[in-house]
Amino acid sequence: MKDIVLIATAVILTLAAAGAIVRIAVGPSLLDRVLASDVLLGIVGAALAIDMAVNRHLNNLVLLVALTLIGFIGSVTVARFVSDRRGQANDS
Amino acid sequence: MTPDATGVDAVIDAVTAVFLVLGALMSLTATIGLLRFPDLMSRMHAATKPQVLGLFLLLAGIGLQMRQWWVWPVLAVAWIFQLLTVPVSAHMVGRAGYRTKHLHPELLSVDELEAVVRRAASEQEEQTEAGAPKDR
Repeated sequence: MKDIVLIATAVILTLAAAGAIVRIAVGPSLLDRVLASDVLLGIVGAALAIDMAVNRHLNNLVLLVALTLIGFIGSVTVARFVSDRRGQANDS
Repeated sequence: MTPDATGVDAVIDAVTAVFLVLGALMSLTATIGLLRFPDLMSRMHAATKPQVLGLFLLLAGIGLQMRQWWVWPVLAVAWIFQLLTVPVSAHMVGRAGYRTKHLHPELLSVDELEAVVRRAASEQEEQTEAGAPKDR
């Protein structure tokens, strides 16, 4: 049971992380990349939570909360200082 | 998880397994939305919502496996923290995306912000025409 759950969640989260990294690479705009890196951070948090649940410990719980805080500060900061450097609008 | 679980242990382990796999699938859903949707606003819709629910399922799995009552308030705090920060950052990203025109206006059914932005712009224009100093 433990191995099945671990393998299944590992495959799912790997696919999800690969998709998020593709979106970070493709863009096309800065805000898309910020959004995708936020999703990637959520996937890392999900992996930490699954490790805690399967192995029955709470060592990563503080790290999980800290990750949420860092993602929040990061995306708010980038969103605050983003500016439009493209020539024409609406070609995202 | 207990190896070779029987009785109540087996039931709790099965429920936990379902929660964990569903929670991981929520992350995959967010990524699929991120890859397939056409512009920033719809991508944001897919990216911000499922992961909060997915984290709830994963934290519920932790609570089921730990089997101690004091764990649940701690997990609730971790989840509520996520619930408070995600909408704020999504609001900031969406606002910046609207201002820098990262959207397809023809895909919107209602645009309530447009009138507000236009009014603010015209007020600013009047102020500069009257020679008043721009306050920012």
